[in-house]
Parts: sequence; structure tokens; C-alpha cells
Amino acid sequence: MEITAQHNQGVTVLYPKGRITIGKGDVALREAVLGALDAGGTKILINLKGVSTIDSSGIGETVSAFTTVKKRGGDLKLCELSSKVMDVLQVTQLITVLDVFDSEQEALDSF
Amino acid sequence: MTAPRPQFRVAIGSRFENIELVQIAIEASLDLLTLDEATSHRIGLAVREAVANAIRHGNDGDPDKRVEVECVLETDQVVVKVEDQGRGFDPRDLPDPLQPDNLLKTSGRGIFFMSQFMDEIDYSFRPEGGTIVTMRKTITPSSSAAGLKEEE
Repeated sequence: MEITAQHNQGVTVLYPKGRITIGKGDVALREAVLGALDAGGTKILINLKGVSTIDSSGIGETVSAFTTVKKRGGDLKLCELSSKVMDVLQVTQLITVLDVFDSEQEALDSF
Repeated sequence: MTAPRPQFRVAIGSRFENIELVQIAIEASLDLLTLDEATSHRIGLAVREAVANAIRHGNDGDPDKRVEVECVLETDQVVVKVEDQGRGFDPRDLPDPLQPDNLLKTSGRGIFFMSQFMDEIDYSFRPEGGTIVTMRKTITPSSSAAGLKEEE
């Protein structure tokens, strides 16, 4: 799992690539979000276009990231989910509580 | 005489990185079927969760304890067995992750994934210790266009 970051319109955009799964991808996501917060970013967007799958640990880390950012007064949103990742968010009903957008621009404009 | 169905059996030490080995084996097996991508992904995720549970909760992460995975491709279903060497647990004790109070919990979705993504799950427990989880997924015409692919 590789995660790159860019800053756009005052938002830290994270681009994970690979699987957000137990052992590696989940830890990498946690570190990337905490790193963005520590750098002063409170508006965080995770662009999931490069993520092929996410398991229950990856979902747990996503929820943890969401609540951590909220507690610090920020916002965490998701965009460009593949159909597989969207399937998992729908089954877990997290689609009803997380902010999910089809495109990165749409997500950026929503902050 | 009925032809033997494709299958694999793999044993791994209880390390999370070994889940990738199981993933490779299950993907290669499912590739023998003409499953649609969504069904294949769901089966793969259920197996990952079962193996992760066996490592974490069954074997308490002891790398000397093994997890064995067996996958059989039947004509109309995929059957996956995951066995650990641990103490066992009662899956009925687990909270419902879809309850509003649990929706934003950071754990407790592994068994839920398995039950959502497979059609049937059975648990059995060996008297000497060890849980056997058997998961079945029916392959319907919509999930499998032509059953097993013909060998080229």
C-alpha cells in the first residue's frame, strides 16, 4: 500500500494505492491521516480510485480516521470509490454516515 | 463416474501477511469459474475475514499455530473451510454492526462480512480445541455465466 498526498483548495488529498486490508494497508491509512492532521490539515479527502479492495480492518481504520478528524474539528470525506469498495460501504451502511462523492472536484467544492 | 472438482488446501502460520497467500490461492481457484467480478470479490473478502479471525481470535496470533484453508469448487457452489487450532468462540455473542450505536465502531465487522458475502456459514468445534468454519456460496446463472471454464 502506497499513499501519496497533495494539497488542493486548502484540502489535503490522500491517494492510497492497493488494498486497504489487515496488517499493512490499514496501518498505512491510519498513519497518513494522522500525519495530515499533525501537519495542521483539518480538511482531508481520501481519493479511493487506486484502491482495489477494503476489508473489515480497512473499514475500521476509515471509521477511526473519520471520527478522529471530526473530534479535532475537521472533516474527512471520500471520493472516486470503485464499485467493489462502494459495495462494502453499502453493505456496512457506512454510506449513510460518511461523506462520499463521485468526483474529486465535487468533493473539494463541498468543504 | 463423476470427475473430481477443482480444489486446493493450504496451511499457513498465524501471521496476517500470510493472508495474501490464501488470497492468491482463492483468486486463482475462482478464476477457474466464470464468476462475475462482484461475486468473486465478495467470496475473496469473506475468506480473508475468516482467515483473519482464525489468526487473531482463534490462534491468538501465535505464529506456531496453523490455519488451514480448503476450497472446493462444486458445480453449483463454492465451499470454503477455514480451520484454526484455538479455543473457539460463540458467533451469536457478537453485536450487530448495523445498529445505530455500532455503526461507527472501529471493529466487529469480520463475521458480519462473512455472513453478508456468503450464503451459508456453519461453525463446528473440535473437543480438543479448534474451530472449523464452513462457508458456502451458491453459484447461480447470474454469478457464473457458464460454470467451470473449459480447460484450454
